[in-house]
Amino acid sequence: MAIRERMSGNEAVSYAIKQINPDVMPAFPITPSTEIPQYVSTYIANGEIDTEFIPVESEHSSMSAAVGASAAGARTLTATSSCGMALMWEELYIAASNRLPIALALVNRTLSGPININCDHTDSMGARDSGWIQIYSENNQEAYDNFVQAYRIAEHPDVRLPIMICQDGFITSHGVENISLLEDDLVKNFVGEYNPEEYLLNAGNPMALGTYSVTNFCMEANKLQEIAMENAKQVILDVAKEFEQISGRKYAFFEEYKLEDADYAMVIINSAAGTAKDAIDVLRESGKKVGLLKIRVFRPFPEDEIAKALAHVKGLAIMDRADSYRGGGGPLGVEVRSALFKNKVMLDSVNFIYGLGGRDFTTGDVADIFETLEDIVERGAKPVDYKYIGLREA
Amino acid sequence: MRTDISKINLESPYTDLTEGLKVFNGGTSKQFHTGEWRTNTPVFHADKCKQCLLCAPVCPDSSIPVKDGKRGDFLYDYCKGCGICAKACPFDAISMKEGK
Repeated sequence: MAIRERMSGNEAVSYAIKQINPDVMPAFPITPSTEIPQYVSTYIANGEIDTEFIPVESEHSSMSAAVGASAAGARTLTATSSCGMALMWEELYIAASNRLPIALALVNRTLSGPININCDHTDSMGARDSGWIQIYSENNQEAYDNFVQAYRIAEHPDVRLPIMICQDGFITSHGVENISLLEDDLVKNFVGEYNPEEYLLNAGNPMALGTYSVTNFCMEANKLQEIAMENAKQVILDVAKEFEQISGRKYAFFEEYKLEDADYAMVIINSAAGTAKDAIDVLRESGKKVGLLKIRVFRPFPEDEIAKALAHVKGLAIMDRADSYRGGGGPLGVEVRSALFKNKVMLDSVNFIYGLGGRDFTTGDVADIFETLEDIVERGAKPVDYKYIGLREA
Repeated sequence: MRTDISKINLESPYTDLTEGLKVFNGGTSKQFHTGEWRTNTPVFHADKCKQCLLCAPVCPDSSIPVKDGKRGDFLYDYCKGCGICAKACPFDAISMKEGK
């Protein structure tokens, strides 16, 4: 029987960590992810789990310690947000290239500056090319479910890559909602014991990791890492299928909401999808054929699947909670349009930048966005390449 | 997955490399004569040496061979001339010479 509870997103992820009981967690506090190491240290202090918690003096050290612990053979995780992740930058790439299946509970918060503690996706979007698997969560339930699936994906022999499970700072990390938890045994059996084949503390089988790679080997190693990321696609789907058997909850690369017959669609990530779904329900009642594609897996990027799901749409809003400052919109805008172009899906699209630094994103904004698409497709309005939404304008 | 890395060479295709470039079997640095780019050179004065062996463990490479509890002359193939051994020696049994 599933356990009915009320929890914030931070507590939901911490609860998953408690059920998994990983070996090592080095962490340094940063808003809004601070509660995660707090909860985990409480579980440890209460004797509920025997995870080795390493208090470190910075995020540079927390990810370095995670790399060391994972290389030693321990199931490892950490948590962070925003500039904490920025300080891990160097080690993010090392974790990926050393093929260490570390899990990172990322609570999305804007990068400085201007300095601000609220939600947007500039932290994880900046790390999109670091070689980490990135899975996003609309609410506390998805954050919990995604974290339960994380190690099964990261530790798979075809993959062996670090994984970050992302959720929106404050909006889901601190918002308390109903949640359905799995029993401890079910989670333990699903995740299983970690038995790495090769690790530094494997007595009698010496190994070196992170050694200097001369030019003759670097590109070959990069290619193997790229193949692992490609392999992650199938593993993510397989793990989701197994997870459905124990939870009844279905996961894929993305969620399609009223998309099948939609003329106008929105591609969006994380909590704002909930707002968009509410707006879509209302617009549907007034006869508007609108729908949503909520990206769950951003790395690896399921471009062909996304293009296929959007092939019938007339107008598309690609929603970025981060600006690339390339003079042309955000990262999701680039990648979705590239996916459409590659698959010869030609449609009108606008790349909207929304919710930066925690700016509210409302159902009214969603209605305005669909209106803008209709204006372009049906009423001959001038196409818009990219646009800030929810911005005060004179 | 354990691979005999002695079979990997500059012509090996990417499919033959180990995951994450893990290096199996210790002591592979013996194959690389890093002493080729030595800048300064330690000189061993056996007459002053008391065989206290303070020098051998501080060598960052494998330039000071120890056999039967006694150190021998430097293995210059691995010595970059860092001078740590000369600093560690309490008996002036190692002096540093400029150049190779």
